[in-house]
Amino acid sequence: MKRLLSFIVTVAVLTGVMVFSTPGLLDKVRLGLDLKGGFEILYQAEPMETGGALTHSSLQKTAESLEKRANALGTSEPEVTTEGTDRIRLKIAGVTNEAEVRKKMKEPAVLTFRSAAEGDAAGTYSKIELVGSDFVEGAAEVERDNLNQPVIGIKIKDKDKFAEITKRLLGRDLAIYLDDRLLSNPEVRAELTDGAASISGGYTLETARELADTINLGALPLKLTEKYSQSVGATLGKQSLDQTLLAGLVGSVIILLFMIGMYRSPGLLASFALILHTWLLILVFVIADFTLTLPGIAAFILGIGMAVDANIITNERIREEMRSGKSILSSVKSGNKISFRTVMDSNITTIIVASVMFAFGTGAVKGFALVLIVEIVLSIATNLYFSHWLLTLLVKSGKLSTPKHFGVKESEIRAL
Amino acid sequence: MRFKKELDFVHLSKFFYVFSIVLTIMGLVFLAFLGLNYSVDFKAGSNVDTALSKNVTVEEVRSAIGGVGVPHEPSITMGEKRINIRYEQELNDNQSEALKAAITKLDDKASFEINTVDTEMAKELAKNAIYAVLISCLGIIVYVSIRFEWRFAVAAIVALMHDAFMVVAIFSIFRLEVDLTFIIAVLTIIGYSINDTIVIFDRIRENLRFGKQKTYEDLKVLVNKSVSQTLLRSIYTAFTVFIAAFFLLVLGGESIKMFSLAMVIGLLFGAYSSIFIASPLWLLLKKRQKPAVNNNPAKV
Repeated sequence: MKRLLSFIVTVAVLTGVMVFSTPGLLDKVRLGLDLKGGFEILYQAEPMETGGALTHSSLQKTAESLEKRANALGTSEPEVTTEGTDRIRLKIAGVTNEAEVRKKMKEPAVLTFRSAAEGDAAGTYSKIELVGSDFVEGAAEVERDNLNQPVIGIKIKDKDKFAEITKRLLGRDLAIYLDDRLLSNPEVRAELTDGAASISGGYTLETARELADTINLGALPLKLTEKYSQSVGATLGKQSLDQTLLAGLVGSVIILLFMIGMYRSPGLLASFALILHTWLLILVFVIADFTLTLPGIAAFILGIGMAVDANIITNERIREEMRSGKSILSSVKSGNKISFRTVMDSNITTIIVASVMFAFGTGAVKGFALVLIVEIVLSIATNLYFSHWLLTLLVKSGKLSTPKHFGVKESEIRAL
Repeated sequence: MRFKKELDFVHLSKFFYVFSIVLTIMGLVFLAFLGLNYSVDFKAGSNVDTALSKNVTVEEVRSAIGGVGVPHEPSITMGEKRINIRYEQELNDNQSEALKAAITKLDDKASFEINTVDTEMAKELAKNAIYAVLISCLGIIVYVSIRFEWRFAVAAIVALMHDAFMVVAIFSIFRLEVDLTFIIAVLTIIGYSINDTIVIFDRIRENLRFGKQKTYEDLKVLVNKSVSQTLLRSIYTAFTVFIAAFFLLVLGGESIKMFSLAMVIGLLFGAYSSIFIASPLWLLLKKRQKPAVNNNPAKV
C-alpha cells in the first residue's frame, strides 16, 4: 500500500508541476532568429592596414563596439560573439529597417583630419594628419559656439602633435572627414595647444548629437567583411515554428499511442516518463538560456523518438523474460538490469557523435548537437532510471500482477 | 507477432550484400560524374526563400526581379505560396533590398529568408563535416572495441558508413539539394543508426556466453537466433524515430525539409543495415578467426 501511495503521489505531484509550469516555461524559451525573424551575419575580421596585427583583444574590442552600435540603434538584445581567431557573429532579432542596420553596423566611422597636399584641387584634402586613434575615445560631445550654434567638440590625445600640426598649417585649411565625407574645413587661425577642436557646419541640435554619437561609437579596430548572412522575415519564422511544432506534436502523440498500445501498463509509464523528459528538456533550455533554433526543434523531436527506444528495449526484454516463465517481479528486475547495459552502450555512442559535432560545428550544427547531448543525458535519467523505478514500484505494490498488463499472452509463456 | 520459423538472416544477407554493393557503386558513379547538388550553403551565392499570401506565376516573379541588377538569370522554384530564388552570385545589400522591394510589389505580405555564403566559408563547413565524420567513427571504434571487441567495431563502422553513404548516394542520384542541415542529418544518422546495431551485438555477446560455439554452423545459428530475438526491438525503435522524422518531413518547416528527408532515408537504411549487414559481417570476420582458436584440436 505504501508503495502504491508513493507511486500515486510521485505521478500526481509531477503532473501537477508540469501542468502548471509549462505555459510559463514555453513563453520563456528563447527563440532563434530562424523562428522569430531577424538577421545573422558572420564577419571575417582583418587588420585595417595590411600587415597589421589581428589579436584576440582587438577582435574582442571590435565585437564590443559592434554591440554598442547595435544597442545604439535600438535593436533588442543584439547578440555578438567572437568565433575562432578572426570571426565575429552578430545576431539581431526583430528588426524592421534591416538594410539601415546592416549599413550602420559595417560603417567604419573613421574620423580623420586632413590637409591639402601638393597638387590637390581646391577644396580637396588628401594628406591625413590625424586618424581615429589620435582622438580621445568617446569624448565627442555637443557644444555651442560663440554664436550659440551647436558644434561637436572633440579632444586629441597628443596635444603637442596637434599643436605642431596647427602651427604648420597656420592660415591654411584643416579638413575634418568622417570616412570619406567632408564635415567641415575650417581655416587654422592660431596654434592650438589645448588639444581640443570643434566641428561646425550649421548643425541643428539633433544632427549634431547624431554626429557626436557616430564619432563616439568610433572606428572599428578591424576591417570586417560579411562571410555569411541569413535574414529571416518574422512571418516566415513564425510559420516555420508553427509547422514544426505541429509536426512534433503529431509525431509525439503517435509515438505515445504506439507505446501504450504495444506495452499496455508499462507503455503508459513510458509515456509518462517521455512527457517528463520533454518537460525537463524545456526546463533546461529556459534555465541555461539556450536559444532554440529550427534544427534545435528538429533534434528535440527526433530525440523524443530516440528517447523512447530505452523503454522499448526494456519492455521487450521484460516480455522476453516473462515468456521464458519467470515471475513478473523477477522478469521486471532482470529486464531492467540487462537492458540498462544495452541502452547505455547505444546512448554513449550517440553522445560520442554529438560531442564531435559540437566541437567541430558552427552555428546551427552546434545548436543541434547541444540539444542532442542534453536530450540523451535527460533521457538516461527519465527513460531509464525513473521509468525503471516507477515500474518496479508498481509491480511491487502488486498492481501489475498478470502478464496481460504487459501485453504478454498466457499462451506465449513457456514453462520454466 | 512472433516468428514461428526463424529466418536465416545470414543466408539472406548475401542477397542484401549484392544490393548494397550495387547501390554503392551506383552512388560512386553518380558522385564521380555528377557530384552533389549543392545549395548555397556549399556554393557561393544567395538563396532567397519567400512566403507569400497568394500564389503568383514564375513569369510575374521573373519580370518583377529583372531590375534587381544581377547580371545572370536566377533559378526560380515555385511552391504553394512560396518562391525560392537562387543566385549563383552573392547579392549585396542593395541588390537584396531591391529584390525584396520588387517582390513586395507583387505581394505586400511577403516574408523573406535570404542566405548568402561565400565559397571559402562553405568549403570550411564541408571540411569540418568530413572531420566530424572521421573523428566520430574513430570514437565509435574505440568505444565499441573496449565494450565489445574489434570485430564488432569494424562491422558496426561498415554498417554505419554504409548508411551514411547510402543517403549521400540517393541525394546524388535523385539530384536532391545538399545544404548544411544535410550534414547534420548524416551525422545524426551515424550517431543513431549504430544504436540498433549495438542492441543486436549486445545480444550476440550475451548468447556467446551461454554456449560453446565450435563450428561456423554454430556461430551462424547463434547470429540468426540473436537477430530474430532482437528483430522486433530493432523494428520498433527504428519505427518511433521514423515517425518523428516522417512528420517533420510532411508537416515541418520548409528549411528543414531536406534534413527530414535525409533522416527518413538514413533511418530506413540504418534499420536495414543493422539487421542484414552488421551481424553477418561480424560472422564473416569471426569465421576467419576460427582457425586461430582451434589451433591444436588434434591433440585433444
